[in-house]
Amino acid sequence: MFLRNNRFVRQIFSSFLDLAPILVVVLVFQIAVIQQPIPDVLDLIVGSLFVVLGLTFFMLGLEQSLFPIGESMAYAFAKKGSLFWLLVFSFCLGFGTTVAEPALIAVASEAANVAAKGDVIANTESAINQYALGLRLTVAASVGFAILIGVLRIIRGWPLHYIIIGGYCMIVAMTPFAPAEIIGIAYDSGGVTTSTITVPLVTALGVGLASSIKGRNPMIDGFGLIAFASLTPMIFVMAYGMLI
Amino acid sequence: MTDWLIHFSQDFLETCRDVLPIVAIIIGFQVLVIRKPILHPAQTFLGFLNVLIGITFFLDGLKMALFPLGELMATQLTAPEFLGIAANTEQADWHNYLWVYLFAASIGFATTLAEPSLLAVAVKAEEISGGAIGAWGLRIAVSIGVAFGISLGAYRIVTGTELYYYIIAGYIVVMIQTIFAPKLIIGLAYDSGGVTTSTVTVPLVAALGLGLASTVPGRNPLLDGFGLIAFASLFPIITVLAYAQLAEWRNKKRNSSNQSPSK
Repeated sequence: MFLRNNRFVRQIFSSFLDLAPILVVVLVFQIAVIQQPIPDVLDLIVGSLFVVLGLTFFMLGLEQSLFPIGESMAYAFAKKGSLFWLLVFSFCLGFGTTVAEPALIAVASEAANVAAKGDVIANTESAINQYALGLRLTVAASVGFAILIGVLRIIRGWPLHYIIIGGYCMIVAMTPFAPAEIIGIAYDSGGVTTSTITVPLVTALGVGLASSIKGRNPMIDGFGLIAFASLTPMIFVMAYGMLI
Repeated sequence: MTDWLIHFSQDFLETCRDVLPIVAIIIGFQVLVIRKPILHPAQTFLGFLNVLIGITFFLDGLKMALFPLGELMATQLTAPEFLGIAANTEQADWHNYLWVYLFAASIGFATTLAEPSLLAVAVKAEEISGGAIGAWGLRIAVSIGVAFGISLGAYRIVTGTELYYYIIAGYIVVMIQTIFAPKLIIGLAYDSGGVTTSTVTVPLVAALGLGLASTVPGRNPLLDGFGLIAFASLFPIITVLAYAQLAEWRNKKRNSSNQSPSK
């Protein structure tokens, strides 16, 4: 119990260190540049304490659950030796974690509004909702596909940079043909897909796979899944914009 | 107090709903495909609960303290009165927005340091590399990338240049760096682009982008407000690759100066 307490205290302290820069930036700008009193000082203090507490719990839970789960599943799949189920799992993990992502839902509805104003689709509620849903499913499918390809890459040992550079070339080639309204959204959608829970889980999965397969180096082969997950949405969203 | 409790439990339930698909997938595959009991179920469950509580507190705190203030600052800094420009000018002069770039850079740097996903990846990287890649070094490299990316993105919104020129130029830099960078870092560097933009950074950056696009004359918030996140996920790749090259170069120099390889 003492040990746990001790870890907890240490974690709180390091969480506070993580948050300190934000507070410094906000305070300095507010006082020195904007030169206006800070509204709701009490809320700011309580909120900051919450953030510190939240980071602390998150980091403790990460080591206890998300990392071990991701790794033990990777080992179990590697031992089972069924490539098919591993790929199904990868796709489901990517699709399932992305389709419910709050940031994505927000960006998709924003994008639908842009499309409606730009006369790409009819300016009615149902058309907008349909467009937003289609976009969400597109991005989720693209992330599922990305994790699938990424896992296949770890197993086969393909070099990461060829695939990424190939992806970049595809984005560059598609950009001139995609409608102007979708480009900004497509580029942004790559960034919003990877949430706070997906990242640790997917990282642990990749690293676990790379360390349980002979001849793979976890440092070289274990990373890269998130890179795929932020690359494919750009391609898929631009394709979606071209088709509609 | 009861108000707050209700509010908190609502947020907690929302977080639970967001992670429900993930839990369903993990349990489904564990039971149906792997067909083995989860090791240490109690500890795993407790850890998962910790993660949920952590995210809820984190988001609640952000909503209470940082988001309103960040959004307020974004609007205050981009207001024409603050910048000292006449409201009816046709063309924006990018010199007038120096404070905005500085704010964009500092808030990008600070929020990235506190980003939980980045912390997770940095911890993992330090663990696997046996300490060769320090968690702090990585986080600072990524934060510098985000800071630079967001202030460049703000500059782009002010000047109204095309988004894809910058992105394509960034890609070319990444490709060239990939050839020269140590192979060990490449996967990690590519990944660090994706992890920077989640819970903390996206709302603040989006507020800044929309604030800028709606106050700078001649910009359309619907078209020009997007794109900052793309900058924030491209530039960390460049800075992490640069960090690795720098570390390697320093090691080489040290090794050649005192013969015996230092560890």
